[in-house]
This record gives sequence, C-alpha cells and structure tokens, in this order.
Amino acid sequence: MAKQGHGTPTRVDAIRQYLQRFAYVGLVVAAFGLMMLGKAETVIVEEVRARINDAFAPILEAIAEPAETVRSYLDEGRKLLDLHQENLRLSEENKRLLKWQTVARKVEAENVVLRDLLNFQTGPEASYIAARVISDDGGTFSESLLIYAGKREGVNNGQAVTTGEGLVGRIAGVAYRSARVLLITDLNSRIPVMIESSRARGILAGRNEEKPILTKLPPGTIVSPGDRIVTSGHGGAFPQGIPVGRITAVNDALVEITPFVDSQRLEIVRIVDYGLDGILDRHRLRTDLPKDDIPPAPSQTQATSEPMRTVVPKPGTERRPSEP
Amino acid sequence: MKPAFWQRLDLWARNISPVGLTIVLILISVIPTHLPGYASIVPQLALMGVFHWTVFRPDLFPILAVFGIGILQDSLSGAPMGLNTLVYLTVFGVVLSQRRFFLGKTFLVEWLGFSIICLGAALQAWLLLSAYHVHVLTPAPVLFQYLMSIGFYPVLAWMMGHWQTSILK
Repeated sequence: MAKQGHGTPTRVDAIRQYLQRFAYVGLVVAAFGLMMLGKAETVIVEEVRARINDAFAPILEAIAEPAETVRSYLDEGRKLLDLHQENLRLSEENKRLLKWQTVARKVEAENVVLRDLLNFQTGPEASYIAARVISDDGGTFSESLLIYAGKREGVNNGQAVTTGEGLVGRIAGVAYRSARVLLITDLNSRIPVMIESSRARGILAGRNEEKPILTKLPPGTIVSPGDRIVTSGHGGAFPQGIPVGRITAVNDALVEITPFVDSQRLEIVRIVDYGLDGILDRHRLRTDLPKDDIPPAPSQTQATSEPMRTVVPKPGTERRPSEP
Repeated sequence: MKPAFWQRLDLWARNISPVGLTIVLILISVIPTHLPGYASIVPQLALMGVFHWTVFRPDLFPILAVFGIGILQDSLSGAPMGLNTLVYLTVFGVVLSQRRFFLGKTFLVEWLGFSIICLGAALQAWLLLSAYHVHVLTPAPVLFQYLMSIGFYPVLAWMMGHWQTSILK
C-alpha cells in the first residue's frame, strides 16, 4: 500500500468511506427510530432523556443562578426609574386589598361556622416543593421547562406546578434531581378547569402558542371576556381552585385564555403535592379503570337550571336578527 | 516522558474543543434568560456550531458527535427525542458534500450558505414536528428562530473563526 503514493485512494480509504456512509445512514435511521419510539411513549426514551437531563442539571443550575442575579440587578435599576408611579399604584392596590381583607375575614368566619354546622370534610392538605427553573427552550419545539428538583425532593409525575400568580403546568417526566414541566400552553397539555363564576367545567387545551383555548364546555355555557378560569380538580390530578387565566377572546370557534403566569419570566416555581396520584399515574392507566371512575357529567350543575343559552360572541361581532 | 504526556493532553484538549464548544452553545441556548419575547426565538446556536465545524474542521467533528449533540439538544430542550438529531445529521450530510463550495470563499458566501442551509433545517424541523404531533403547527416560531439564527451567525462565526486560528492552528 505504501507504493501507491499519497494522492491515490487506497482500499482502506474506500472501506473507510463506505463505513462512514454506513454510519451516517445508520445514525439517521436511529434518530428516526428514536422519534417513533418517543411518539409511542416508550419508557426507555423517557428514561434516557431523564438521565441526560440529570447529568446536566447541576451545570445548568450553576449557570442559571448567576444569570438570574445579573438580570435582577438590571431589573432593580429599571424599577428605580419608575419608583414614584409604582408607589402610587401600590398604595391604590393596598386600599383595594384592605377592603378585600375585611370581606375575606368575614367570609372566613362565616365559613368556619357553616362548616361546623354541616360537619364538612375538608380536602387533603397540600404540601409544596420549591424549585429553580434551569432550562427554558422557549417553545419552538415544545412548551416545557426543566426544574432542579426531582425524585430526590419527592416530585412525581402529574403534580401541579404553580407560582404565586397561578398555574404553570404539570410535571411530565421526573429524574433523580431534575424534572420536566409541561406548560399549559403545550400542544399535549389538557387541564380540567372551570369558569370561576359560573362553575361550568371544561378542558384547557394548549396549542403550542401563547394562548391556550377552552374546550369541551357544556352546551349553552355563557362565556365572556374577563371571566377567570381556575382548575376544577377533576381527574384527581390537581387541587381545585388554582387560578389559571382569564378569558380574553371569544368567538364562534374558540374561547381563548390568557394565562396569569408569564412562563418566560419564571425563576422559582412551586410544585403542589396534593397527596393524590391522579389519572396520570402510569400504573393506574395500565389497569382498566372502573366504569364509575369517569368524572361526572359537567352539565349537572349548570345547564339544568338554565336551558339553552348560547355562547356570547365578542362585543361588536354579534349578529342582529335579520330584518323581515 | 512528562512533556510528551502533557503535549498529548494539550493536543487532545484542543482537538475536542469544537465538540466541546458546541455543547457549551447548547447549554447557553437553553438557559432561562427571562428576557421578554426573547425566549420564543432563541437562535439555533448548536446548528451554527455544527455548520461551522463541518465546513472547516470535519476531521475534528465526527458524525457520532453530531448525533450526540442532537440528542443532548433534544433532551434538554424537551423537543421530541430525535428531532434535532435528524436535523443536525441532515445538515452535516449536506454541508459535508458541499464543503468545497464554502472553503476559501468570502464570509458573505459562507453566510449565504448558512442562511440557505438553516432555512432547509427550519423547514425540516417544522415538517417533522407537525408530523410528530399530527397537527399543522404555526410556522411563526420556527421562522423567527430562523431569522434570529441568521442574525446571530456572523458574531458566532467570528468567535469560532478566531478559536480555529488561534487554538486549533
């Protein structure tokens, strides 16, 4: 082989090239296979992902914290600039909140008395785990976050993730020291919710866009922009009453929700452990659910008393009755 | 005996730096920045790494590393496993076959080449993602990401170019 000079390709080169091409095709097929396996929700794929996330979680955590500090300094500077206005706004809000406090005190006392009267059983107590957000892809390919808390801290699949403002998403994939949060805006996210004022139940469905939509509302439900949406607690996954968002647009086709939480500014989140396994538990999903496990039909509370009312369209778009 | 060992270690460290830098780019791209509006259009930093090193130092950028980089990006960003891996492998294959086109040309040609290849990558990612979810997704995020990537490329190319001339020689 040494006789054949440097420029001419040797048999070894040919074999190497052949092998390289083979490796290329093999890896492309492997990547494609991984996607298929992932689509079929194979446990191995999730396990691999969890392991990799776990390995990189400490590094990401180490970088995320200083990045946050720098940002908070910048924020501080910006806040100093409009201190006066902020002060006015806060004192205004304080006045309003003080009024609410009086109302809340009264209602609380009333509640205690009424509970005693009825011998009412309160739901299970929730416990909380706080965790730092360490990775945020931002939602080009999925609406999810990575947090620095995992099995070690007692995080489990299906638990609700919140901030002080409201619901962020749910846990979908736990590793030893990290976990993935599926945001409510993700295409795969379906959260049982209700309209706070009318108690009408529905499902909040993500679309991989900024604003999720409200679907599966009982027929005849009245929805109008400004209504608050909270979790309904159905399915046993989430506690009831976590604020989710506000209806911002209503039209014939869909009801759009603006979440209370801005998922791009999350630093620390709170994971709610409600002591319920929820419908998201893999083992429970595998076994056949008993027939009566399906959540009660949502129309019971609402539609019976008020027959046939239609969805209120966006102001200005309602149709007038046609002229004779 | 001792200097030879250190020299080898030094050479080894230099030689794995293209792959190492690309991994650092992945980490940078997934860190929460909390900049309003920025998060949804984070440029594809890892793709720039794959493109640049495949053009200039394919000998230090083996195909297995491309696969690994894709897997890492997928698992950290929460994208469907294999999605970015497929995109990076495609970019790697295309760039490797068209390498001569870029070598020895001006930076503008390189930039143009990157924009074309990145467009193909964005299109492929969007198609794959839509097929994965069996749902036609809005192409807007991928498009914005594409534009951001083109905008960021000169900065990163300059940095990687300097790295290449000063560290790798």
